[in-house]
Amino acid sequence: MSFEIKSTGEAYDVIIVGSGAGGGMASKILSEAGLSVAVLEAGRDFDPAKEEDRTQLRPPWESPRRGAGTRVRPFGDFDQAIGGWDIEGEPYTREGDTKFDWFRSRMVGGRTNHWGRISLRFGPNDFKRKSIDGLGDDWPIGYDELKPYYDKVDKLIGVFGSKEGIYNEPDGFFLPPLKPRLHELYAMKGAKKANVPMIPSRLSMLTRPINNDRGVCFFCNQCNRACQAYADFSSGPVLLKPAMAKGKVDLYTFAMVRTVTTDESGKATGVSYINKVDMKEYKLRARVVVLGASACESARIMMNSKSKSHPNGVGNSSGMVGRYLHDSTGADRMGIMPDLVNRERYNEDGVGGMHVYTPWWLDNKNLDFARGYHIEYWGGMAMPSYGTGFAMDTMRKYLKDEFGNPAPNGGYGEGLKKDIKRLYGTTLGMSGRGESIPQYSNYCEIDNNMVDKFGIPVLKFHYKWTDQEIKQAKHMQDTFEEILTEAGAILMGSKPGADTLYGLATPGRIIHEVGTTRMGKNPNTSVLNSNCQAHDCENLFVVDAGPFVSQADKNPTWTIMALAWRTCDYIVDELKKKNI
Amino acid sequence: MNRRENLKLLFTGSLASGLLLTHCTPADKAEDFSPKIAGGTPGGRTAEEIAYDQRLLSEVFFTDEERKKLDFLVDIIMPAGEDSGSATEAGVPEFIEFMMKDQPSFQTPIRGGLMWLDNYSDDTYGKKFLDLSEKEKMEVIDLIAWPDKAPKELTGPVRFFNALRNLTCTGYFTSEIGFKYIGYKGNTPNVWDGVPDEVMKKHGFEYPEKYMALYLKPEERGKVAEWDNEGNLVG
Repeated sequence: MSFEIKSTGEAYDVIIVGSGAGGGMASKILSEAGLSVAVLEAGRDFDPAKEEDRTQLRPPWESPRRGAGTRVRPFGDFDQAIGGWDIEGEPYTREGDTKFDWFRSRMVGGRTNHWGRISLRFGPNDFKRKSIDGLGDDWPIGYDELKPYYDKVDKLIGVFGSKEGIYNEPDGFFLPPLKPRLHELYAMKGAKKANVPMIPSRLSMLTRPINNDRGVCFFCNQCNRACQAYADFSSGPVLLKPAMAKGKVDLYTFAMVRTVTTDESGKATGVSYINKVDMKEYKLRARVVVLGASACESARIMMNSKSKSHPNGVGNSSGMVGRYLHDSTGADRMGIMPDLVNRERYNEDGVGGMHVYTPWWLDNKNLDFARGYHIEYWGGMAMPSYGTGFAMDTMRKYLKDEFGNPAPNGGYGEGLKKDIKRLYGTTLGMSGRGESIPQYSNYCEIDNNMVDKFGIPVLKFHYKWTDQEIKQAKHMQDTFEEILTEAGAILMGSKPGADTLYGLATPGRIIHEVGTTRMGKNPNTSVLNSNCQAHDCENLFVVDAGPFVSQADKNPTWTIMALAWRTCDYIVDELKKKNI
Repeated sequence: MNRRENLKLLFTGSLASGLLLTHCTPADKAEDFSPKIAGGTPGGRTAEEIAYDQRLLSEVFFTDEERKKLDFLVDIIMPAGEDSGSATEAGVPEFIEFMMKDQPSFQTPIRGGLMWLDNYSDDTYGKKFLDLSEKEKMEVIDLIAWPDKAPKELTGPVRFFNALRNLTCTGYFTSEIGFKYIGYKGNTPNVWDGVPDEVMKKHGFEYPEKYMALYLKPEERGKVAEWDNEGNLVG
């Protein structure tokens, strides 16, 4: 590995900004084509197999906060996404009463170190939504163009699942799925009565090996801590580090990219970045620049890259950079299962995620909203962590005492201790994650009133959910209640109503933000062409979720990687033809 | 940012990045930024995280007097049993001490609640809380420990006790003693092969026949996967 700082003048074939799903994939494909590559990452290096980086298999008492979340790790002290919604010295702003929360992860591998590994292909309908319901826009490509890349991603990275033959949930090359856990069997019982399908989940953990380089899952239920056996997909160990071992790849950590530099003809010449360690600015030169900094960060870099040839920022002659920002919808509900009170103890870990899920199953023609959602299920005997034993002032009543009366809320002593033990593993939760309608009026732009601690102008967000998303959340809540009730659960809390938009999550909170550099055939209404190449800068490409025209009711990562692979094949081809 | 801070950034738990080593003099390299106080969270920490944990661990929030009350109360909430230790044995007071600094919004309600115990005891019994008899102490606690029965005017103290109960219970069940008591069996390398048969029977479940041939077979877990062109696993 080479980490030597290159000063102005050092040239690479390609500069890749970001080391997450898109940047990692680009580093692999481009270096394997023999190109020299620089990968710039704004955070620190990270390798979950190194003892000093390991949080996997650590019990809560190794944390003085017993695993509670922090500003830097809102998902818990052992979670491996360093950053969060509120990073010291890296602010962002919101217009008026906009609510939008921007999650960033500053480390090699980015958010892939902790993500849920839900690895779903977009289906044929997901690329052609406007043709189906008249809303939003169609993608300039379809499933057939991406299918070969999804196939390759499946085989390269590994995903378990089952072939189901559902038209809009395309099957892939699956590793063996896993038997459901007990609470998942109860969920299946409830879903069956409610006429809602459940199938084996599709997650990128290796239930069997796909090569001899990575280990196989040993079922610790902690994929959000990144795996020391490399048995789940994280970009660092699976894509970037192997690329560095085999090819001409230099990794620059703590490198915060400020702009894409361009020449008078408007072509990209490289990037300018702040080295966070010495707080100095450096320039790197390359024939091609590939942005994979995340949808909003890549848009920010482009809008901040103003020059004579690109007065609105590179790639932004259409004014579309930052526009059509959209996140998945999300809502949740949980219940307590009396059938699981005082349940038998055994190792129930499985993989770090659900073993079964519900893909979207209804026809919107019969509904009062467009687009669908999938349902995730959670519960069971997970490792006690910060929060276990909370809320006994309201939850104890769900238990019966020896005479069959509800136990009194609150209290103390041996009785309370026993009741927490009896309640352990009795929750059953559901989360809907759905498709929203991209809006021109939902966007991020440069806020000229504020810079971050590196002196780089920050983003300002504008975002409002529409009736489509609100009605979808209402439908989720109705479904959750029906399934939980049919499963035998006592519903917790009250059903979220119109006053809370039916529990609809604040945009950004599902961390599937996409669309800010969308692709399209028309250069006036899109930023990139169908090869994710900037319409107005032929050697600038985007490989994160910015190019998405619409975010399906599926997690974006598998599509980011399939698209990035396709984009990189195009880059290699164009370089060979000397077109760029 | 000065050079010292630069180096702190560099020593982020992992020396792997080594980004700036090329710029360091040997004297710089000798500087040691590793944690000095044991007890911070391990595993991939940033320099800022290490410094933050170190600062919290070096500070003391509770006075000796408060700490005595806290020790007494947490063992009332989670006492030792026949087969399990108490909250103090599980390190709960140390955990709560840390949380006061880690999440400062706890400070006023918890400190104020501990003061309220003395105020109320003084008004009612003419003594501070810890000087009450065991019977009197339990009378005070019973006033605020049962949210559905407590008098309306004591909502504040009830909320204090709810917060203290939350912290005590979660501290207890995230300790080694708590793991043993609750019967936690996970987080050891294993092969998931479904719910044990007797549990399946008891709850009246069977795995769907349709998927039995597909589910992971533990004995095939070492075999590198191969597929035919249709995506069927063949090897």
